Amino acid sequence: MSESSNLPEVSGGSSSGTVAVPDRFEDPGLPQHRNRVTDVDAQAARRAERQVAALFGLSAVGTLLALVAYFALPYDTSLGYIDYLGRVQLSNLLVGLGLFIALFGIGAGAVHWVKTLMPDDEQIQERHALRGSDEDRDIAVAIFKESAEETGVGRRPLIRNSLIGAMALAPLPAVVLLRDLGPLPGSKLSETIWKRGTALVRDPEGGKIKASDLVEGSVVHVLPEGIEETEHPLNEKAKAPVLLIRLAPGLLDETSRAGAYQGIVAYSKICTHMGCPVALYEQQTHHLLCPCHQSTFDLTQHCKVIFGPARRPLPQLPITVDDEGYLVAQDRFHEAVGPSFWERG
Amino acid sequence: MTALAARRRHPLATALLVMIGLIVTGVLYAAATPGRASAAPSAVNDVEAGKQLFLANCATCHGTNAEGRRNAPSLVGVGAAAVDFQVGTGRMPMAATGPQAPKVNQVLYTPEEIKQMAAYVASLGPGPAIPSAEDVDPAKGDVAEGGLIFRTNCAMCHNIAGKGGALTRGKYAPSLAGVTPEHIYEALVTGPQSMPVFTDQTITPANKRDIIAYLKSVEEAPAPGGLSLGSLGPVTEGLVGWLVGLGLLIGCAVWLGAKSS
Repeated sequence: MSESSNLPEVSGGSSSGTVAVPDRFEDPGLPQHRNRVTDVDAQAARRAERQVAALFGLSAVGTLLALVAYFALPYDTSLGYIDYLGRVQLSNLLVGLGLFIALFGIGAGAVHWVKTLMPDDEQIQERHALRGSDEDRDIAVAIFKESAEETGVGRRPLIRNSLIGAMALAPLPAVVLLRDLGPLPGSKLSETIWKRGTALVRDPEGGKIKASDLVEGSVVHVLPEGIEETEHPLNEKAKAPVLLIRLAPGLLDETSRAGAYQGIVAYSKICTHMGCPVALYEQQTHHLLCPCHQSTFDLTQHCKVIFGPARRPLPQLPITVDDEGYLVAQDRFHEAVGPSFWERG
Repeated sequence: MTALAARRRHPLATALLVMIGLIVTGVLYAAATPGRASAAPSAVNDVEAGKQLFLANCATCHGTNAEGRRNAPSLVGVGAAAVDFQVGTGRMPMAATGPQAPKVNQVLYTPEEIKQMAAYVASLGPGPAIPSAEDVDPAKGDVAEGGLIFRTNCAMCHNIAGKGGALTRGKYAPSLAGVTPEHIYEALVTGPQSMPVFTDQTITPANKRDIIAYLKSVEEAPAPGGLSLGSLGPVTEGLVGWLVGLGLLIGCAVWLGAKSS
């Protein structure tokens, strides 16, 4: 098989450098069939045969290995820690490896068999035109016309119009049923259980918090007191978590200071982008970072978004202290926490 | 002497001379440098010895009275725990300015010297002390409770298994694997670098010990699934799935489509 035999013939071959362009390119046809080594060399064919059989044999060995490993080895024999593999259980390892060899051996053997030994002659199947013959098309049109004539739709407008009316009404129950899939959320998305005087308690240990418990740079994860006693504590926990942070009072802007107590501020922990917990606080830069999409909020600018896909600042929970010195909410959240929704006011 | 004189024009003579000069300068410099040399353990008061060490090694950035300068915070009131953590993990003295002071494996000072510096800084103002051995004993902590507190307070930066994670602009939360219980405790009470402070009121000392117990238990727990891929979660798992898994499938597909030779 010479290399050039697979190439199209160079037309003309004149030394003048001009190549004659034919009026119309002709179908070059299939490239010439190239025989495989196994087609021309009987020894190579026998070798390929042995290789295929060896792969099938390997598969059988893999099956036996998996069975032996499963029955003969205790399942908890540990090989200890192996670099790059971690802690390995011998039985697990061998069963998995055996099954892999068993299945992959069959597949690889079959593919090798097909590629080397089965015939690889090119087969040509001509495509036919999609358009039917004129005769067939005439027959089809005639059938349609005849059917329309037999139903009498044109002659009986009462039937036609009542059918159209019935079909127009039929989807209505679906619209009604779909609209009433469960109650509408109402104000649930806009409200949390925080209200004036709700005490701030630590998450997850519980316990009220004194202002003096926090030093500059302190962070406390906070839930409203009594959240476990609500009807759906988990639903409430999806909205109510708050991050309590103390920073130097001078760093806060006017807006934040109104809801702060001696430099202690409370912000909703639910990202306004997709609702992830924004809890990565860098105490030197006073930035809050959301771990999901890297939205970054600046505590010193009323949690303004300074980076990332979030579009609204985190809502602030205004706080103060009660008579006993514990931190409590000054008021509820003034806006809905968390990501956007249609009715968000 | 004549032999030496005869070789003074040897091509290597200049190089040898420069080498001798450098060695002599180095030895003299090492002998004359204050700090390490002046910190020989002795019966002197720890605070006084610590002050000398501080002046020699820390005052350039933190000021001669530890009052702080631009980019270097005041050390008044940071307590002994901060010194033990920062110097004990090799973070201070900082090798180079940058977004993060990384942990350095080779700590420059002996435990004795760190103790002296800690005593000096603690004398400047009240601050968190170095915890006792009992405060940080993982065996005395409640692993389950520690896990609960760790997942709420720490996991968002340090990863659920304490493997660390990225912050903004080159800063990062370091991995907690292999960090001594004392250093974990001290980091909690002092809030080094980007980390917030967790006072004894916001996380009680007992709960801090629970966190240490949890971290040590995670560190020692075997990975039942074999290769843990750094316990980094879906990012590494997805990467391996895409590169190795799909790579193998593509390799098989290419083999299937290729004509046999």
